[in-house]
Amino acid sequence: MIQSPEQKKVESGRDVSLDMRHIVRTNGVPILFLALSITMAAVAGLSPAFLMNEVITRFARNSLLVLSLLIPVTAGMGLNFSIVIGAMSAQAAAIAVTLWGIKGVSGFLTACLLATPLAAITGCLAGLVLNRAKGREMITSMILGFFANGIYQLIFLFLVGSVIPFNSKSMLLPQGVGVRNTVDLINIAQSLDKIWRPVISGVRIPVVTVLVSLGMCVVITFLLRTKIGQDLRAVGQDMNIAEVMGIKVDKTRIIAMILSTVIAAWGQLVFLQNIGTLNTYNSHEQVGMFSIAALLVGGASTRRATIFQALIGVILFHTLFVVSPLAGQKLFGVPQIGEYFRVFVAYGIIAVALAIHAWQDRQMRKEAIREAVLTE
Amino acid sequence: MLLVLPVELVLIEGKSKNMERARRVLEMKGITKQYFGNTVLNNVSIDLYPGEIHALVGENGAGKSTLMNILFGMPVIHSTGGFSGEVLIDGEKVELMSPAEAMQAGIGMVHQEFMLLPGFTITENIKLNREPTTKNALSRLFRSKSLDYLDVPTMRKDARAALDRLDLAIDEWAPVAGLPVGYMQFIEIAREIDKKEVRILVFDEPTAVLTETEADRLLESLRRLAADGIAILFITHRLDEVMAVANRITVLRDGETVARLNRDEAVVERIAELMVGRKVEKVELPPRAKEPSDEDIALTIDNLVVDMPGEMVRGLSLSVRRGEILGIGGLAGHGKLGIANGIMGLYPASGRVSKNGENIPLNSPEEALSRGLAFVSEDRRGVGLLLNEPIDRNIGVTAMQVQHKFLKSWPHFLPALRLEDRAELRAYAEDMIRKLDIRCLGPNQPVRSLSGGNQQKVCIAKALALEPEILFVSEPTRGIDVGAKRLVLDLLVRLNRDHNVTIIMTSSELGELRKVCDRVAIVYRGRLAGILPPDASDAEFGLMMAGRVGKEAV
Repeated sequence: MIQSPEQKKVESGRDVSLDMRHIVRTNGVPILFLALSITMAAVAGLSPAFLMNEVITRFARNSLLVLSLLIPVTAGMGLNFSIVIGAMSAQAAAIAVTLWGIKGVSGFLTACLLATPLAAITGCLAGLVLNRAKGREMITSMILGFFANGIYQLIFLFLVGSVIPFNSKSMLLPQGVGVRNTVDLINIAQSLDKIWRPVISGVRIPVVTVLVSLGMCVVITFLLRTKIGQDLRAVGQDMNIAEVMGIKVDKTRIIAMILSTVIAAWGQLVFLQNIGTLNTYNSHEQVGMFSIAALLVGGASTRRATIFQALIGVILFHTLFVVSPLAGQKLFGVPQIGEYFRVFVAYGIIAVALAIHAWQDRQMRKEAIREAVLTE
Repeated sequence: MLLVLPVELVLIEGKSKNMERARRVLEMKGITKQYFGNTVLNNVSIDLYPGEIHALVGENGAGKSTLMNILFGMPVIHSTGGFSGEVLIDGEKVELMSPAEAMQAGIGMVHQEFMLLPGFTITENIKLNREPTTKNALSRLFRSKSLDYLDVPTMRKDARAALDRLDLAIDEWAPVAGLPVGYMQFIEIAREIDKKEVRILVFDEPTAVLTETEADRLLESLRRLAADGIAILFITHRLDEVMAVANRITVLRDGETVARLNRDEAVVERIAELMVGRKVEKVELPPRAKEPSDEDIALTIDNLVVDMPGEMVRGLSLSVRRGEILGIGGLAGHGKLGIANGIMGLYPASGRVSKNGENIPLNSPEEALSRGLAFVSEDRRGVGLLLNEPIDRNIGVTAMQVQHKFLKSWPHFLPALRLEDRAELRAYAEDMIRKLDIRCLGPNQPVRSLSGGNQQKVCIAKALALEPEILFVSEPTRGIDVGAKRLVLDLLVRLNRDHNVTIIMTSSELGELRKVCDRVAIVYRGRLAGILPPDASDAEFGLMMAGRVGKEAV
């Protein structure tokens, strides 16, 4: 007879007593950033109301973009740097809506409607490419982002106004070809935020925008409970096994990319309506990097990321964004130092997370081998 | 005994007109398969009755897995030109083009390596990609089954039922990660029997990773499933298990059916003999002045563990006599290749290895090489050779590194700055080319353009440049043609006799081990099963390789 795994119970019983240490070890990154944020906020001497205002605004502005990263992680494709492609789709839609002069919420919704098929198609293409680069999705998606940026520039810098008819001279560069560096999104600026923006004890809350983000959390949760969610998880754990069990791995991965890109496009629209102006050639560039840094700050890894980690990550990362230049100003008299720190943190956290991931991978393999020897 | 005999089934299905055919659930007839001109299966036939356990035994490379790949319609079969012969299920000819079609036809497979997702619960694994679902508003809207909710209560109920059928009292919602290996095997089986349409179950060496009690339990489940009317094809090396559960036994060797036995006419020794059964022509080897003996031990291996993926060594102890040719044999995956790779520092190893009483530090190729050990790797083109470099540099490179041979003498105090001595290297290489009869255009020829046999000779020459006391040779004749095989083996014998090199030769070809070795050690599951003299009978070798406890002969 095989005994029931009594031993496991004993072990899990011991785990409880190690709870605190366990929490710290598994959540080291968010705890570190929480401590950093608090220290810097204290150094900068910020008023809580100001901080809250800033953080809530940035939370509403960025969380959808970060949430767009979750599905590819679940599908085992790592951190999807190519969400910048979704952002570009969104910007194309935003420019179109501005050109057509559709105002307010209807303008925003039109932009969403327009961005969705664009993002779906580009996401599908990205998925096709990533299916040929299994195991190297992250670097491939990053380079895909750069590549798409080239096409984006070609279209908006050279084709618009020359090949593509464009009847608004004010949006074009002086020579009449190419979109201006900055486009005032006058039609959709704040369209979502200002629907209902109550002030609660000095903090302005863009309720609708926040609700959109939370709504996305519900949608993602729903998706992961369905058959397609189960497939995504299975593919994420082991493509070969999923394939053998008859799950269409390539198709599932493409679906993950489409979903991610579309959500990212909506996220970028939410971002743009909050900012109010479009930096035609820059707004999308940092999207991937900063969203990924935020997710990692929340304690996610390239293998596992939860909605909770995404939300916590956005809050912590952007709190740091707000306080670090101010702390730099206070401490050294130079806000640039805080700014440097911020950039250092954004890229550093990605590098560290990727290194830790590789290290854990190796550790796991070693462990598996040791176990195999011991079972004999 | 929970056996449903074919006779009873005839009675049950007696109404059937075409009785002979209809009562067989599976027939594979005259299966022939070639890979790139190599015949791996030649006119093999096998059939299965409901409720029968049919054992399929054979050495590695006998064609068992190819046969199963055909049964499952694996893409590898169709992408290499398909096969000839026919597959009948319930007497109907079928063409299985994919694993999914095989599954639909009622064929289940319990994989040798577990197809389980560690992050999922047992239930999720059992129902993987066959999850029952319930509709919700969105899935109705989009008419998409993908958006249906998973019906977790039904999933759990089904999983529970399957586990109960195997008499496995374990929480069906426990995660798979961290379960003992034995459980994982049962979860695999539970998944197969949960498929309502499964009538044929293939077990591919299911007990390979199990402990003895777990294996017994598994065999019990096999009987139970057979009693339910499922036809079982049982692939294994362990002949005891075959004897314990099989109704019929088919022995494959070199892609051919060599025997089909009923259990009552089968004897373990006979099966073992059939499995190995190559007649070995014993050639008289040149005599030695002094025969090696246990008095004079050259190398002692004590409790060696090597983490070589797929060829794990799990605590092997062995003494090598000075001046002998020791063969190491065993089935693939049992660790014979890990031994030399571990001692030479190519894979992480632990344990104690000592030469002439002097300890050899493990995990460092340099330490091993500098202590008079040399290695001709089984991975000739990967580890053994610098393919784009000329013959002479290939021969000299290790000796240059380790012993500072073939280097200019100045500056002698700083070996790192010493340049390659082309003239000396070339002279040595020419000597080797002559002695080993390496067929080439000259010492400048890149080794990539040499034939397999000549590449192997370069590998041996490279090892000889170290003037080793002990030479490890792994799979010396793999992938080279018949004539070259003989030359390589003769060369090894000559080295041993003329230069008194102790040789430890690892090979999958038992025949060649028995031809040139003084003793043959058989490795089973990472440990020494026993040592046999080369003239021991086929049955003895077969039994030892199949895990029957061997005795320390010789």
